[in-house]
Amino acid sequence: MCNQTVGLIAAELERKGIPTVAIQLLRVVAEKVGPPRSLWVPFKHGYPLGEPDNPELQHKVIEAALSVLENPDLEPRAIVDHQL
Amino acid sequence: MGEISEFSFSVRLFVKTYRWRRIDPVPWTPVTKPLSESRVAVVSSAGFVLPDQEPFDQKMKGGDPSYRLIPGDTDVSTLIDAHRSDSFDHTGMEQDPNLVFPLDRMRELVDSGRIGELASRHPSMMGSITAPGRMIKQTAPQAASNLVEDEVDVALLVPV
Repeated sequence: MCNQTVGLIAAELERKGIPTVAIQLLRVVAEKVGPPRSLWVPFKHGYPLGEPDNPELQHKVIEAALSVLENPDLEPRAIVDHQL
Repeated sequence: MGEISEFSFSVRLFVKTYRWRRIDPVPWTPVTKPLSESRVAVVSSAGFVLPDQEPFDQKMKGGDPSYRLIPGDTDVSTLIDAHRSDSFDHTGMEQDPNLVFPLDRMRELVDSGRIGELASRHPSMMGSITAPGRMIKQTAPQAASNLVEDEVDVALLVPV
């Protein structure tokens, strides 16, 4: 459900002029809900940035999300898969 | 990995039969400013609240669509897990709130110059909203308006 919730909020932010990137844990939900920009991450629920007390990994995921924002070639409903 | 198979049978059945809300038409705002000059907000659906904030309503049918605004200078160790869902493992986020609400990481990115600055307020929701009608009509637009007031340039959304 959390994946849908953040996707719907992302849509509202974009409608109001704020670009977004939504991390997504379930690719199938990202495909169905279709947020403007998604970064799919291969982690289990409850662990969207990878591991607790692992700032290096958390930074890698956030950097990947920021790169999605900076990618000029993406189109609406873009889903980028995060490679570990 | 975030797989359907990690859920219990009843949750799996729900995921399969649930009518997911398609965002249509899909809005799109281009990024026009370098991130190094941008004000960034985090939106987390991990259900964190501060000690002086009302916890989320665990019993509301369809899920509590309200949100709390977490100040950007919050010490993440003071955040309280008020998420009702037992379909995911809470131990990681209780051990390190940055796992789902990465304010420390974002401050480090400000320090390194990767992003311009951190927004003054960051919306926190409890993501297990199965009936999102009120969220779509009221609370998501309100939270978005808060970020517009704060002149936020881009937002990072983090589910659990």
